[in-house]
Amino acid sequence: MSPMSDIAAGRRSPADYDTAYSDIHPALSDRQALVESSRCHFCHDAPCIEACPTSIDIPGFIRRISTENPKGAGKTILNANIMGATCARVCPVEELCEQACVRFTGEHKPVAIALLQRFATDAVFEAGLQPYGRSAQTGKRVAVVGAGPAGLACAHRLAREGHDVVVYEAQAKPGGLNEYGLAAYKMTNGIAQAEVEFILSVGGISIEYGKVLGSDHTLDDLRRDFDAVFLGMGLGGVNALNLDGEENDAVIDAVSYISDIRQASDLANLEIGRRLVVIGGGNTAIDIAVQAKRLGADEVTLVYRRGPEQMGATDYEQELAQTNGVLIRHWAKPVGLSGENGSAVDVRFENTTLAGDGRLQGTGLEFTITADQVFKAIGQVFDEAPLASGESLKIVGGRIEVDAEGRTSLADVYAGGDCVPGDDLTVSAVENGKVAALAIHSALSA
Amino acid sequence: MADLSCSFAGIKSPNPFWLASAPPTDKEYNVVRAFKAGWGGVVWKTLGEAGPPIVNVSSRYGAVHIGEQRVFGLNNIELITDRPLEVNLREIKQVKKDWPDRAMVVSLMVPCEEEAWIKILREVEDTECDGIELNFGCPHGMSERGMGSAVGQVPEYVEMVARWCKAHTSMPVLVKLTPNITNILGPARAAKAGGADGVSLINTINSITSVDLDIMAPTPTVDGKGAHGGYCGPAVRPIAMHMVSEIARDAECADLPISAIGGISNWRDATEFMALNAGTVQVCTAAMHYGFKIVEDMIDGMSDWMDDKGYARISDFQGLAIPNISDWQHLNMNFESVARIDQEKCIKCGLCHIVCEDTSHQAVSADRKDGERFYDIIDAECVGCNLCMHVCPENCITMKTVDNGKPYMNWTEDPRNPHRVAAE
Repeated sequence: MSPMSDIAAGRRSPADYDTAYSDIHPALSDRQALVESSRCHFCHDAPCIEACPTSIDIPGFIRRISTENPKGAGKTILNANIMGATCARVCPVEELCEQACVRFTGEHKPVAIALLQRFATDAVFEAGLQPYGRSAQTGKRVAVVGAGPAGLACAHRLAREGHDVVVYEAQAKPGGLNEYGLAAYKMTNGIAQAEVEFILSVGGISIEYGKVLGSDHTLDDLRRDFDAVFLGMGLGGVNALNLDGEENDAVIDAVSYISDIRQASDLANLEIGRRLVVIGGGNTAIDIAVQAKRLGADEVTLVYRRGPEQMGATDYEQELAQTNGVLIRHWAKPVGLSGENGSAVDVRFENTTLAGDGRLQGTGLEFTITADQVFKAIGQVFDEAPLASGESLKIVGGRIEVDAEGRTSLADVYAGGDCVPGDDLTVSAVENGKVAALAIHSALSA
Repeated sequence: MADLSCSFAGIKSPNPFWLASAPPTDKEYNVVRAFKAGWGGVVWKTLGEAGPPIVNVSSRYGAVHIGEQRVFGLNNIELITDRPLEVNLREIKQVKKDWPDRAMVVSLMVPCEEEAWIKILREVEDTECDGIELNFGCPHGMSERGMGSAVGQVPEYVEMVARWCKAHTSMPVLVKLTPNITNILGPARAAKAGGADGVSLINTINSITSVDLDIMAPTPTVDGKGAHGGYCGPAVRPIAMHMVSEIARDAECADLPISAIGGISNWRDATEFMALNAGTVQVCTAAMHYGFKIVEDMIDGMSDWMDDKGYARISDFQGLAIPNISDWQHLNMNFESVARIDQEKCIKCGLCHIVCEDTSHQAVSADRKDGERFYDIIDAECVGCNLCMHVCPENCITMKTVDNGKPYMNWTEDPRNPHRVAAE
């Protein structure tokens, strides 16, 4: 019989919560930005631009910082990526622009592009600048499903082109994962909402909250009432461990707990176990592990069925977990859960290895970790049930099939973000939304 | 260990590194600190005649910063010393007595009247200093009162005052030249004709360092207004080097000792000026940027370089670059060089390509090899201009001499020159 579990709120002092959840990469000062910007070589055919999914003119904006033209720098970024402020905080730049930086090639120290991007976009927000206006109204109406990065990027671009946009959002607040899913210490000071306000202030976009596709309206309804539809609803489901005992209250969906952290008015009210197990190897696994540690959890063990190279989390994120005191155990998969509600959970793992054919297989060796809470972070899935309609959308690999410009198998329906195939980055979702908006605009103008 | 000692226009110093007449040499306290740090000599900040006081304004220096490089250029609107003459003279005498091996030169500026010069020369001689430097260079403030560059810009005045000084003192006389003229040889030859024992140059250049766009006034700003100042620092060094070389190349002035001034910040700068025939160098801005300690690098840097090159004393390399300074028309028209990119070191920034493509000769190709950026030189288009080499941030472009087998042929002999000298 497992002992009583130790799950409690208020493990830290109020000041400790503030420190633990403060900005993980504090903003650059004017002086720091000037010095860092001078490191940019202003490359021709810059590799960093090519590495950016939204093709931000990175040398162009950094040069503007170096000439003390930060608002011009911010506008250069936003022209390509309307969520440049969030991307500056959460992009895995160590695998994108900063990895491509020629300073990385030359001296293993890239220009701090993300921090400079934040400096420039902050300057636009702080100045209360609205660089964009709307073209003459076209009288066309577009429905967008989901007020996340893809949906809002699409809505903003459509509104600029003179179309009216109605966004249907299932949650009570806009922003999608920017608001509910990203680690709190990356998205401080209400940046997610400030960015949404900035996007909406261009005009022509209305958001209806608490409107769920499939229950409040159907895709057919939207196609009937609007000239075009953009689907940017993200991933609605989470993968299950498929183990007995998974229904235990102490076995928790990491995505849902991260949302609780983001929405908490006082972190001291959040209950967290003393000993935790996190199962998974992506950024969500790292995010829950580090944030739990910072909530005051004592022992956090992250278990991943393969090795560090196969982890979805970047090297930087893995290192972040380790420097935050998270123990990472590779090559082990959960095979059993035991324990009742109210008691600690024994999680049984089996060591794994690669078989000759490259498939993962158990070695038969097992170990057990006793935890007060177990967080599942083994991936999310697209829930296609809400799409059920007269004409059905073509689904490929569990996601909505789209062409390079976001067109689905239905002529007037477009899609982007996590609900289409591709990576799960915020920056890619923004690009999907932007590209689809241009395609929609082109179709509506024909 | 190389011998850095020098004898310049009869003035001896343990090394050629002097502090120029400027704020660092305005009083005993600073000069003693400089000598303790190792400076070989100073030119004491310019003394004026006793009488009407010299009064300076508040807000005196303007600066040009480039990226992280602070004070690439500096300008000032200060006047000559604003301390009483008798205090300066007393301190000069004391410091020379306490530091007999260091060069003590005193800068002077009085009105263009022979009596005024005779009077100040008598007073300065009493300090037992090693020599005097006539400040004909200051481009601001004093020039509005008919002194400084107002004298230096008129060769006849330069010659006249130099002659008075030589007539009324046995101290070595150096003439400090202003660069605010069209041809430095005018005042340099005048100084020589007046009997000067040497020249020092350059003094500062007329300048406005920046405009404050909020108040629409130049900097440094004095209560909303600004006046042009004298510009110095690393930014002026190339201009100074040219002027020094012009004097060194001139037949009339060739044996005239030169104390070089203009943005000298380290041993290499100093050594380059001496290769252009300077006998000593004077420093101000670098000391005002970093303090006196910089002289340590100047001393051991030059000494180690001399050891490496096998030069035992300064005279062994002084002026060696002068024979290689030519007029353009005597450069070899048959010399060819082309750029070479070290592909191993190239970081693919593409600057060599874009500058050549946009602004020069379209001689750097931009391709992709297996998806990787690849920049290379198109020899047929390359004119050997050096631009790509200079913009390369990794220093991985070199210029390779092309062995074309052609003999030396300058423009005066070039068949493409319609005014060429006909072959005999």
